[in-house]
Amino acid sequence: MLLINCPHCGPRAQAEFGFERPVETILPVDASTATMVERLYTRTNARGVSAELWRHSHGCRAWLRIDRHVVTHEILCVALWVALWQAPQ
Amino acid sequence: MQRYSAWNLFKHGLRGHKGWQPAWRSPEPKAHYDVVIIGGGGHGLATAYYLAKRHGIRAAVVEKSWIGGGNTGRNTTIVRSNYRLPEMQALLEHALKLWEGLSDELNYNVMFSQRGAIFLGHSDGDMARLAERGDALRCAGIDAELLSRAQVHKLIPLLDISDAARFPIVGGLIQRRGGTARHDAVAWGYARAADALGVDIIQQCEVTGFAIAGGRVTGVETSRGHIGAGRVGIVVAGNSGHVAGLAGLRLPVESHILQAFVTEPVKPMIDTVIMSQSLHCYISQSDKGEIVLGGDPDFYPSYTQRGQPMRIEEVAGQAIGLVPALSKLRMLRGWAGTTDMTCDGSPIFDETPVADLHINGGWCYGGFKATPGSGWLFAEQLATGRVADLARPFGLGRFASGATVDEAGSGPMPHHR
Amino acid sequence: MSGYRLASGGLVDRTRPVAFTFDGVSYSGFAGDTLASALLASGVSIFGRSFKYHRPRGVLSAGVEEPNALVTAGQGGRAEPNTRATDLFLTPGLVATSQNRWPSLGFDLGAVTALIAPFIPAGFYYKTFFGGPKLWRFFEHFIRRAAGLGPAPRLADPDSYQHRAAFCDVLVVGAGPAGLAAADAAAGAGKRVILCEQDAIVGGALLRDAAEIAGLPGRDWAAAVCARVIAAGGRVLLRTTATGYHDHDLLTLGEKCAEPGEDAPSLSAQRLWRVRASRVVLAPGLVERPLVCPGNDVPGVMLSGAVRTYVQRFGVAPGRRAVVAGCSDDADRTAAALRAAGVEVVATIDYRRGETLDTVKGGNRVSTVIASVGGMTRSFACDTVAMSAGFTPSVQLHMQAGGTLAWHDGCAAFVPATSRQAQVTAGAAAGIEGLAAILASGWAAGGGDVADAPQTRAERHCCHGFAPPPRGARTTAFVDFQNDVTSRDLDLAWREGYRSVEHMKRYTTLGMATDQGKTSNIAGLLQLSRNEGRPAPDIGLTTFRPPFTPVTLGVLAGEDGGLHMAPRRVLRLKAQHDRHHPLWQPLGYWHRPRAYPRDGETLHSAAMREARTVRSNVGLSDVSTLAKFDVQGPDAGAFLELVCATGIAKLAVGRGRYTFMLREDGMVMDDGTVWRLGDARYLLTSSTGGAARMEAHLAYVRGVLAPHMRVAIVEVQEHWAAFAIAGPNARSLVETLACVSAPKHMGCLAVVVAGVECWLLAASYSGERAFELYVPGDVVVPVWEAAEALLHAAGGALYGLEALELLRIEKGHIVIGAEATGRTTPHDLGLGKMLRVSGGYCGAAGLARPMLQAVDRQALVGLEADGEIPEGAMLVRAAGEAPMGHVTSVGSRVLGQGGVALALLAGGPARTGEQWLATSPTRGITVPVRVTAPLFHDPEGTRYRD
Repeated sequence: MLLINCPHCGPRAQAEFGFERPVETILPVDASTATMVERLYTRTNARGVSAELWRHSHGCRAWLRIDRHVVTHEILCVALWVALWQAPQ
Repeated sequence: MQRYSAWNLFKHGLRGHKGWQPAWRSPEPKAHYDVVIIGGGGHGLATAYYLAKRHGIRAAVVEKSWIGGGNTGRNTTIVRSNYRLPEMQALLEHALKLWEGLSDELNYNVMFSQRGAIFLGHSDGDMARLAERGDALRCAGIDAELLSRAQVHKLIPLLDISDAARFPIVGGLIQRRGGTARHDAVAWGYARAADALGVDIIQQCEVTGFAIAGGRVTGVETSRGHIGAGRVGIVVAGNSGHVAGLAGLRLPVESHILQAFVTEPVKPMIDTVIMSQSLHCYISQSDKGEIVLGGDPDFYPSYTQRGQPMRIEEVAGQAIGLVPALSKLRMLRGWAGTTDMTCDGSPIFDETPVADLHINGGWCYGGFKATPGSGWLFAEQLATGRVADLARPFGLGRFASGATVDEAGSGPMPHHR
Repeated sequence: MSGYRLASGGLVDRTRPVAFTFDGVSYSGFAGDTLASALLASGVSIFGRSFKYHRPRGVLSAGVEEPNALVTAGQGGRAEPNTRATDLFLTPGLVATSQNRWPSLGFDLGAVTALIAPFIPAGFYYKTFFGGPKLWRFFEHFIRRAAGLGPAPRLADPDSYQHRAAFCDVLVVGAGPAGLAAADAAAGAGKRVILCEQDAIVGGALLRDAAEIAGLPGRDWAAAVCARVIAAGGRVLLRTTATGYHDHDLLTLGEKCAEPGEDAPSLSAQRLWRVRASRVVLAPGLVERPLVCPGNDVPGVMLSGAVRTYVQRFGVAPGRRAVVAGCSDDADRTAAALRAAGVEVVATIDYRRGETLDTVKGGNRVSTVIASVGGMTRSFACDTVAMSAGFTPSVQLHMQAGGTLAWHDGCAAFVPATSRQAQVTAGAAAGIEGLAAILASGWAAGGGDVADAPQTRAERHCCHGFAPPPRGARTTAFVDFQNDVTSRDLDLAWREGYRSVEHMKRYTTLGMATDQGKTSNIAGLLQLSRNEGRPAPDIGLTTFRPPFTPVTLGVLAGEDGGLHMAPRRVLRLKAQHDRHHPLWQPLGYWHRPRAYPRDGETLHSAAMREARTVRSNVGLSDVSTLAKFDVQGPDAGAFLELVCATGIAKLAVGRGRYTFMLREDGMVMDDGTVWRLGDARYLLTSSTGGAARMEAHLAYVRGVLAPHMRVAIVEVQEHWAAFAIAGPNARSLVETLACVSAPKHMGCLAVVVAGVECWLLAASYSGERAFELYVPGDVVVPVWEAAEALLHAAGGALYGLEALELLRIEKGHIVIGAEATGRTTPHDLGLGKMLRVSGGYCGAAGLARPMLQAVDRQALVGLEADGEIPEGAMLVRAAGEAPMGHVTSVGSRVLGQGGVALALLAGGPARTGEQWLATSPTRGITVPVRVTAPLFHDPEGTRYRD
């Protein structure tokens, strides 16, 4: 079970968190259908570091961007989504 | 091919079994094959077998490790075709029919045991959904029977059928032709039969890239050198995204972990495969006596083949809820497979944008049961260059068109199903 | 009968005899005995039968690696099959039973399989039993009965289990000399330490071989270390096995608070610890390997170290005349210990001198050993063989943690090389020899300065060394004892092409028994290495996965097993419902009243009465479980327009509207109502079953897609209890109750009822004039009771989910999960007209895909028939044709006659008026149905509109 260092709450067990999706699949509400198909239905899915969106759903409920290696499960960084947010293109 | 039979077993026994030949050769790769199949799992080996048997094409199967070492050897061995959607029913029923003759076809006992697969219903609402599934199956000519609570109890006497159970059992839906098979034997049996037909099975040979000329694949680069190919099929279970990525392709696939585990063996206690409409837990007992348990995937991308302990704990809790007598049995061994989770829960059969590079993957956590059918259909695809009829609903274009085959009705996020 | 209790010695408490039974025979041992040591002391030789050939088996080891001596511990619901007699401490009254034999352990008919052993080598079952699945099922029936070890449990488990979480600076696994030194060093440096030990007492190898450490007898030093660990705020957990090393330095520990089979009703029988540690010291020690030779499994053949353990720890001589065969100083120690205990050592066979143990003879007990000694083949009469082919470091946890291994020539085994997590391996498991060096390695691993390591004057003795597997495979030369895998099987597998270490394992079942290959892995590897002509390190091991030793499902589940696997959510008004004896229906985690049958009523007749009362008078229903969200802020309306596919912006204060939400792929996710309670405040409701999904979706859109919006969303599902008042007389009831003029349809109003501030919403799900009253949950009871009093005075009725279904089906309202299958678009469900033309809602892009706009999709229709329509039935044009839809929900006309249903049918409303068949082969029913609009009652809505 992963140990995730929530910027609000400190290191917490993965059981408190929910994986939402790879960051590359985040789709703006007003996206075109072509963008929607590209974003929702393809994945890089590389054997390496994956940029992911998680939520501290059983904690502070913050949305987090987590850069995580999907072969070793090493977590490279955890950041508040809201701090990184820019209007999606 | 040396024939396997009780008589030959006896004859060889008299000579101390010194006369058995290798089940398959260990050939060096040739410079060129008409077809190269990437992935020596059950699906890849079955593809090679049917390609040789039905289409007369002797392919090479290249496997980065040892055959049958991926998800073929990391599942709960359940075989059934009782899906809800007609596309899935047709695909898996075709496979199930092949299972029924497989041991004899391959002259290798894959121990396909039609012990029946039951979905338990825990409410009248569950039973209505099970009836719908059963009726859909029966209309498609596939066996399905609704069972009352008493009938379920008779089949599985150790189930807790009391009203006090957390999820009381109201009834069930059984597919009597469903059951289990010996997973390793499926890979080995196909390998042996394919080898006998002249297929080269090349283990310890990892594909590191594709040779592509003019938008057309001409071979694969491997850890054992270049192998030329007229057509290439990717059949690599949890690694579809990675291997397709070597050709610059992006798939509607996320790799997730699915765990399963067995208990120490005991004398027979559960004869039927138990699944549940409301719980995420499935239970069967192997011929060796081990109780085989599985549940939900881990719900986040991973290639580790290593799962998180809480998933196992959750499955244990649900299994005890269904069969209280399991509590004192001990978990002996667990494993985890990396599964190709697609964006509608259904597999992929298609030619990729690179000509002559074909893919069969995205089986999510349900690929084992499809093994013979998947091989049969993909062999046809690789032989003709056209996706076989039964596989046509499973093209990559379905996501853009909206014709997804979403059995669970849970949408594009793999971890929501 | 040859083992016996020595007159003195050992760590058992001879003042405390413990009575127990084995196979119905009464025995007595001492406190501190294992079942194995007590039975050996009582002269018992045969403990069990092997898996395949049913060979009689004694005890091989003195620890958790035991493959042979498996028993069922305890009885009734506490019976724990496959319990290792070597890992089961005696408790008073223990009832132990042997396994896998019939009719008795001494005379087992299953042993006839030994006669056909030449014909059933490894993997024989792959080569026979052909002739189709039916024939295989026939053979399989017998194979299954012959397989399995212990008896299948039949009863529920009366014990309870716990999960506990802990954190520490240093977790030390194994309380042998290395682990103790590590714990001591860490505790001395002020670290919080958890020291876990699978044995019942600390000391590890010190329990077998006494030694002086830091000027104290070894066991006293061990006790002093534990005291220091505890004094420094740490914990010492006995009978606790580290079963798994998971990601990010999380370890799971299985603690036995009671011994298997022990009657301990007041305690948790076992605990599962989840420990997150900053540093993990692995000091699990070694497992001894058996020699591989014909007859190496005959009762009386034991591992050398185990023999010494029985003599020196338990004060038990395992026999009277022993042969000791080994490959290091360690075997010499065993010989010396036996001699000191008065056991005759008839021969020592030393592989370092080129001597070999060739054959062990005997049936139920060793009688003779044939060995090559001094260049000659000699035979020795004996009843016990102490054997050792070397020691294997326990690297399982290290590998689970992602560590790599390196080959150690001295051990002829793998030792830890690099680590990926915070683990460090210390002591013998790291390939270190000699007590002083082991203590130093532990001390260093615990963070201590090596110069301060505890000192010992113990003589350095060499335990490294190995005996190669014999050439020429033999039928009864066992490598894996429990699964009866012989060296001949391994050669056969190799010959047949199963040459990867994983293929060998899976084909022969080597290492797949309940001991998980602890004693057999390396022997198998060495034999494969020789067959392949490749060095063993090039071949490698199979992957080790949790658990290190098997753990019960009960403790895995902990408190969350069985009845407690999922929470049960209880309505605030449960007591009020119970007064009317409802039938309860599970709905997600909730239970809701399904109907309130009166005398003699069935579910259906009660529901029909309740529904008729709603249509003709007034009814009251608890709808508290609906998902509810309070959405506030200047951007609340704009935010809801992102989530909802219908128009929201123009909603006036005090008004509400039906709405639905789409998934990003354009499918209907959920539906409900949205109410504008104030200028910048909305209440959104959605389905009960989708509550968690909707919460996550709103949070996603809010937090990820629109973090700039000035809006706050609070999930208020349980804050508001809610009930519906529906029927032609609902308005007067509500006006009496709330003392207001009731709002018009889809209007909302703040009211006070019974002194409680509530929201009154005029919404109709039933198709009658209806209101929903939202009441703060903690004060709902008086409001409900006031409403109920008025209801009864008006001759109305409580109505449950079943009546609600009848009413909504007649109105064609969809339900998530029935009509909205997750594969249905708004168009499919007849909601297309309500889509916001301007777009900009979640799912708009997905919905625009061509196949979702096709006209031949399955779409919502109504069905009517003279009688009942089977729910879930397929819709076919004629018998035998392929289904083109299915029945999603069924009901009966509340006021009229005949069955009605909602269905999804290809072509949808265009088929209105057509005749179809609703066929249910599983129930043997086929009903002719007529396609209608999905609306059976008051199509103009005159009954609730103003």
